[in-house]
Amino acid sequence: MSDTTQDGQLLTTADGKPLKASLAKALRREKLRALMLIAPLLIFVLITFVAPIADMLFRSVENGIVADTLPKTVVALEAWDSTSGEAPDETVFAALYEDMVIAVDEKTHTRLGSRLNYEESGISSLFRKTGRRIKRMDEAGPFKEQFLDADKDWGTVETWQVLKRYSPRITSGYFLNSFDAQLTADGVEMKPEDERIYMFLFGRTLFLSIVITISCLLLGYPIAFLLAALPLRTSNLLMILVLLPFWTSLLVRTSAWKVLLQQQGVINDFLVWTGLISEAGRLVMINNQTGTIIAMTHILLPFMILPLYSVMKTISPTYVRAAKSLGANDWISFWRVYFPQSVPGIGAGAVLVFILSIGYYITPELVGGTSGIFISNRIAYHISSSLNWGLAAALGTLLLVAVMVLFVVYDKIVGIDNVKLG
Amino acid sequence: MKLKTVILAGTALAFAGSSALATDLTLVSWGGAYQASQKAAYADPYTADNPDITVIWDESSAEAVAKLRAMNEAGNITWDLVDVVASDAIRLCDEGLALEIDPDTDLAAAPDGTPASEDFGDLLVSECFIPQIVYSTTFGYRSDVADWGGKEPDDICDVFDLEAFPGKRSLEKRPINNMEWALLCDGVAKEEVYDVLETEEGQDRAFAKLDTIKDNVVWWSAGAETPQLLADSEVVIGSTYNGRLFALIEEQKQPVKMLWDAQVFDLDGWIIPAGLPEDRLAEVKKFVKYATDTQRLADQAKYISYGPARKSSAPLVGKHASLGIDMAPHMPTDPENAKNTFLYNYEWWADYRDDIDAKFQAWLAQ
Repeated sequence: MSDTTQDGQLLTTADGKPLKASLAKALRREKLRALMLIAPLLIFVLITFVAPIADMLFRSVENGIVADTLPKTVVALEAWDSTSGEAPDETVFAALYEDMVIAVDEKTHTRLGSRLNYEESGISSLFRKTGRRIKRMDEAGPFKEQFLDADKDWGTVETWQVLKRYSPRITSGYFLNSFDAQLTADGVEMKPEDERIYMFLFGRTLFLSIVITISCLLLGYPIAFLLAALPLRTSNLLMILVLLPFWTSLLVRTSAWKVLLQQQGVINDFLVWTGLISEAGRLVMINNQTGTIIAMTHILLPFMILPLYSVMKTISPTYVRAAKSLGANDWISFWRVYFPQSVPGIGAGAVLVFILSIGYYITPELVGGTSGIFISNRIAYHISSSLNWGLAAALGTLLLVAVMVLFVVYDKIVGIDNVKLG
Repeated sequence: MKLKTVILAGTALAFAGSSALATDLTLVSWGGAYQASQKAAYADPYTADNPDITVIWDESSAEAVAKLRAMNEAGNITWDLVDVVASDAIRLCDEGLALEIDPDTDLAAAPDGTPASEDFGDLLVSECFIPQIVYSTTFGYRSDVADWGGKEPDDICDVFDLEAFPGKRSLEKRPINNMEWALLCDGVAKEEVYDVLETEEGQDRAFAKLDTIKDNVVWWSAGAETPQLLADSEVVIGSTYNGRLFALIEEQKQPVKMLWDAQVFDLDGWIIPAGLPEDRLAEVKKFVKYATDTQRLADQAKYISYGPARKSSAPLVGKHASLGIDMAPHMPTDPENAKNTFLYNYEWWADYRDDIDAKFQAWLAQ
C-alpha cells in the first residue's frame, strides 16, 4: 500500500493529519491499553515468580560473606602464598583481629563459620570458639600467638587455604560440589569415591522419571481410549473415578500404598494366603525403587489421562470407519489411522508427567527407602536442614538446565508443535 | 476473617479508647501429642491468668530453621517463640537468627532460690537455647517374635546381632546416633567414640559395622514411622523418640518393650527469634519466664514421657493425666533406665554434620 494518492498528495484524515501517523498513533494507544490490561498480571509474575527464581539461582554462585565479614583479612591474605606451606604472618592475624572484633559485635562470625564449614569440617567450631575468646585478647598483640592459643587450627595451612580460596565474591564451589567435584589447593578435583552422590542421584532421577512416564503412558492410554470411546454418560462417570484420587490428599494416597505394599501388608498377606509365595518369601515392594515407581505412577496418572482424553475426544470416529471400509483390520486401522492422531496427546501427557516427577520429593521420601530417592530430596535437605542454600540453588539450577536440555531434545525429536492439551 | 479482625479491632479501639488490645502470641511447635502437652502445661494456664493474650500455634518446628532464615531475609518475623531441638538451636544461634538470652534474668529461679543457670546446668548448650525437656532416642522391640526363641534384646549391640535376633530393624535416615551406636558395638569405648569418628578410618569402621545390617534396615525420617512399623510387625526392633514408644506401649497397648541401653539424650526447648520489636519481645519474655519455671516443666510430664530440663522439677513429676500411671519410671532420666546412656555431642556434630552426612547419603545410595 502506498501512503500517497496518485497525484502525489499525502493521504490525510478528516482533521488534516497524515493517515500513516494517525494510524500508528492509534495502534500505539491500543498497544499501551493492552499492556495496561495485562500489567497487573505481568507485575505479579515478575515479582512473585521471576524475581525469586533469579534470586535463588544467583545464590548458587554468590559468596560475598567472606569478604563482607573479614574485609581486612581478605586484603591482607592477598600477599600470602598459599603454596608456601606455612601459615600467614602477624600482619594477617592483626587484620583478622580487627575484623573479628567487629564480626563478633555484629554476631556474624558464626555465620561465616557455618558457611566455611561446608568446605572444611571443623571451621564452624573454630569461629565459635575464637569468637568467645576475642574479647579477652590483648589489643596490643602479638595476635598470631593469641589466635593459636585460642585454637591451634589457626596455625594450619588448610584453614587459611580454604579462607583464601573462598574469599572472592563469586564462587564456583557450589556448582563443583553439585558435580561431585571440589576446589582444592591443586585446582579442581573429583571428590573421594565415598562422597560422590549428586551425579548418581541426577542419573537416577532421570531414569526413574522416564520409567514413571512410560508406565503412566502404558496404563493411561487404554483408559483414555476407553473414556473417549464410551457414550458421554458412562465416560463422565468413569472420569470421576479417574479424578477421585486427584482430589484426595497426597499423603493419604502415599500412606495407602504403604499399607498395601509393605511386607506385612495387604498384597503380601493375600499372596501368602493363596499360596503363591511362602511366608518367608514375602515380596519387598516398598522402601525401594519399586515402591517409588508404583506410588508415583498412581499419583501422576491423571496428568497423563486428561491430555490424552481431550485429544482423543477430537479424533473423529469416521476416519477409523473409513479405514475399515477400505479393508484395514482392527490393528492396522488403529495403528495407522487412530494412533498417529493421538500422538499430540501423548506428547503433552509425557512432558507433563516427566516434568512433575523430576521435581517430586514427598512421595520418594516416604516410600523410596534408600534406592528410590530423587535429587529433589537432597535439595529439600539442603534448604530445610543443612541450610546450605548455595548448594541447593546450584543443584536446582542443574535440574532446571537438565529439564530445558531434555525439552530441546524432545522438540527436535517429537516437535513441540505436536503437543496439544485439547 | 482478616477483615473481620480489622473491623473488630477498629471497633474496639473506637469504643474502648485507652484500653489495651488483645495480644497474639505465635508459638511454633511440633504438633501432635508433644504440642498438646505444652498447651496443657503452659499455654492454657497462662491464658487463663492473662485473658488479653491469645496463643496461636503453628506446627512448623520441623522446618523452623529454614523458615526463620527466610523470615529474617524478608525482614518480617511472624513468630514469637519457636520450639526446636538443641542442635537446631545452635545452628540458629550461629546464623544470628535466634536471640541470645541471659538465663538468670530471663528465666525464673527455682523455688528454693537456685538461679536458673544452675538449675538448668549443662543443658544450656547454647547462648540462645531455653531447654524444656530431655528426651532420648532409643530402641523399642516386639516382645512376641517367634524366631528369637524367648530371648529379648537387652544390649544395644543386639541391634547388630542378626543371628540371635533376626528380623528387620528401623533406623533414622541420618548419620547422627547411628554412627555412634555402630562404633560402640565395634568395640570403641564410650569416651573415645567422637575421637574415633573424627578420623577417616573411624568413619569407615562405623560404615562397615552398619553394612552388616544394611540389608535388614528400614530407614525412617519421621518419628511416627518406627511405632507404626513396630505395630505392623514390619520391623522387630527400631529406634525412635522415647515418648513415641511410651504412647505405643502404654496408650495403644502394643506388645512392644523398651530397650533403654545406650539411649542417646537430646534436648528440646525454646528459642526467641532475633529481631522482634521491643513490645512483642517483652510479652514473649514474660511468657517464657512463666512457661519454663519449675512447676510448669514438671506439669508437662503429666502428659508426655519426657523428662523436665530443670533439676528442681524432677521431684515434682507425678502421674499421667489420663492413664493415671506413675510417670517417673517412664522418664529417660529415671535411674533404672539411665544405667547406660550416651550424650549427643552438639559441638562435634555442628562441625562434622555436613561432611559425614554427605558420606552417609553416598553410603546409603550404594
